[in-house]
Amino acid sequence: MLISDRYSSIQKNPKFQKLVKRKNTFSWFLTAIILIVYFAFILIIAFYPKFLGIPVAEGMVTTIGIPMGLFIIIFSIILTGVYVRRVNGEFDKLTREIIEESLK
Amino acid sequence: MKKVIYLLIFLLCVQRSVAADVIDGVARKQPVNFTAISMFVLFVVGTLFITYWASKRTKSAKDFYAAGGNITGFQNGLAIAGDYMSAASFLGISALVFASGFDGLIYSIGFLVGWPIILFLIAERLRNLGKYTFADVASYRLKQKPIRSLSAIGSLMVVLIYLIAQMVGAGKLIQLLFGLDYNTAVMGVGLLMILYVTFGGMLATTWVQIIKAVMLLSGATFMAFMVLKMFSFSFEALFVKAVEVHENGIDIMAPGGFISNPIDAISLGLALMFGTAGLPHILMRFFTVSDAKEARKSVFYATGFIGYFYILTFVIGFGAIVLVSTNPEFLDPIGGLLGGNNMSAIHLAKAVGGDIFLGFISAVAFATILAVVSGLTLAGASAVSHDLYANVFKKGKSNEKNEIRVSKITTVILGLIAISLGILFEKQNIAYMVGLAFAIAASTNFPVLFLSMFWRGLTTRGALIGGSLGLFTSVILVVLGPIVWVDILGNTDPIFPSIYPAIYSISLAFLATWFFSVTDKSINAVEEKSRFDKQFVRSMTGIGAEGSNSH
Repeated sequence: MLISDRYSSIQKNPKFQKLVKRKNTFSWFLTAIILIVYFAFILIIAFYPKFLGIPVAEGMVTTIGIPMGLFIIIFSIILTGVYVRRVNGEFDKLTREIIEESLK
Repeated sequence: MKKVIYLLIFLLCVQRSVAADVIDGVARKQPVNFTAISMFVLFVVGTLFITYWASKRTKSAKDFYAAGGNITGFQNGLAIAGDYMSAASFLGISALVFASGFDGLIYSIGFLVGWPIILFLIAERLRNLGKYTFADVASYRLKQKPIRSLSAIGSLMVVLIYLIAQMVGAGKLIQLLFGLDYNTAVMGVGLLMILYVTFGGMLATTWVQIIKAVMLLSGATFMAFMVLKMFSFSFEALFVKAVEVHENGIDIMAPGGFISNPIDAISLGLALMFGTAGLPHILMRFFTVSDAKEARKSVFYATGFIGYFYILTFVIGFGAIVLVSTNPEFLDPIGGLLGGNNMSAIHLAKAVGGDIFLGFISAVAFATILAVVSGLTLAGASAVSHDLYANVFKKGKSNEKNEIRVSKITTVILGLIAISLGILFEKQNIAYMVGLAFAIAASTNFPVLFLSMFWRGLTTRGALIGGSLGLFTSVILVVLGPIVWVDILGNTDPIFPSIYPAIYSISLAFLATWFFSVTDKSINAVEEKSRFDKQFVRSMTGIGAEGSNSH
């Protein structure tokens, strides 16, 4: 079968439409989360930098900015892990089914 | 084969004369650090063996550009992390933390958060659609000639500016460590890099990068561990001491200094976040793995290693405030740091681990520069040979042999240009230079690549005008800005007041691309849009992808 025919047959496969819908929702949802977290941080720096300079507790030198910064780093790592786990498992299984069906 | 033996002999000679210079130079400046020199020589010899091994396995264009597509996700994750943990970020960010505390963390976070975005939106689609360069993807359904030319120019600009940052770091480091002349040091780096890339291609470049990443992570871990150990693993105790000795006192615990207004803050944030997704040497790494699954894994590992590394540099910067700025051994007569702030991490190595560890970290930092410039140069050379020569000039009808030859010649030329620019830019702050490379990547490569994958309506006309405007604006604003216009060209006032142009150039690139695409009513435009569906299926499933098994 010509590869371009396979592309068209896949596009009509309801499973493919399901994959696209689910995967897009998932990727854009995670993208939105990371953008919100990061730009919230940047906007605080831009408009209210003093907030990040507030000590985490009375009499301490460590400021709110430090744990917040470390949190964003660790959160980014966790989020990539969540994505890879789901896409390499659930979504890849669906993709394999779609590819096999396109060969019939 | 003969060539390689000749190369090794040649290098040994170079090595010997470098060693002689080193001893002469050091006699003037500081005691010869035999540990550092022997570790560095060991690294160079080791990596040259890898280059020799790789050269025997590098035959086809796929071997040269993409290491044959056989790199695993874990290996590629380490190599990507290696590309990203450049000397500029190791020395530059620890220097920023050393100079202004919290501000260094803002940079680190910006550099890191681009990675999740690359994973969620770019990585697997790129792997499924491309072959050797990101221009393969950007031009997938558009006209080859204009889009590939634009992407190649964007890549070369980013590569050159990034190279400057690396070369300057290299020169200063070797100058301080070996007492070598700055210019000689920059030339040495350029020469070694040319050897790695021309003979070993992507395979050698990847393994040099992996080895260096492991060395750098181990070294940085040890330094951070020693610093924290001194304070019984209490961050609070470390910060208390740092605030006590730093000239800015408690201000180092909050944002301050280098970002003076809201627009700059957002602009820097945009450049760092989207710039990562437009760096040609990073994007190229996704073609070295076998499929989309491995591409995703590599981003996860890379994000983990890079995030961990940034936490370490933060501790290292604060460690340097406490242990380096208070120790007269590391200060010049007027109270500044020997070799400048960029050397704070290197001095800290000596403070926590003595001469032997200083030798190790210096060798690692040097290895870092070599590895990163090799990756950059390979990306620049591919843009010229694969995009400009093979697909624009020869219209896809060149043979592989000629293509690789063009790539090798370009590598040599890029090496020479990098050496000259490294010398010209000696006095610049290297962390800002990296910021500029990111601004261009974010305003030229990223918009075109992103829209080509996600927006059906993109046409050649839109991409060409939008991408060019992004490139043009970011470059012009940088030239008219404080660094080039004032510091380098010697004018009194900058025409464009900020060093962070990204917010203007990215917006303009996206707007112009959109506008000139939707108003494009040509027959070409209709055809380009109609090709989107097939491209989309391929990007989602990997059917038809380079090296895929799912026929």
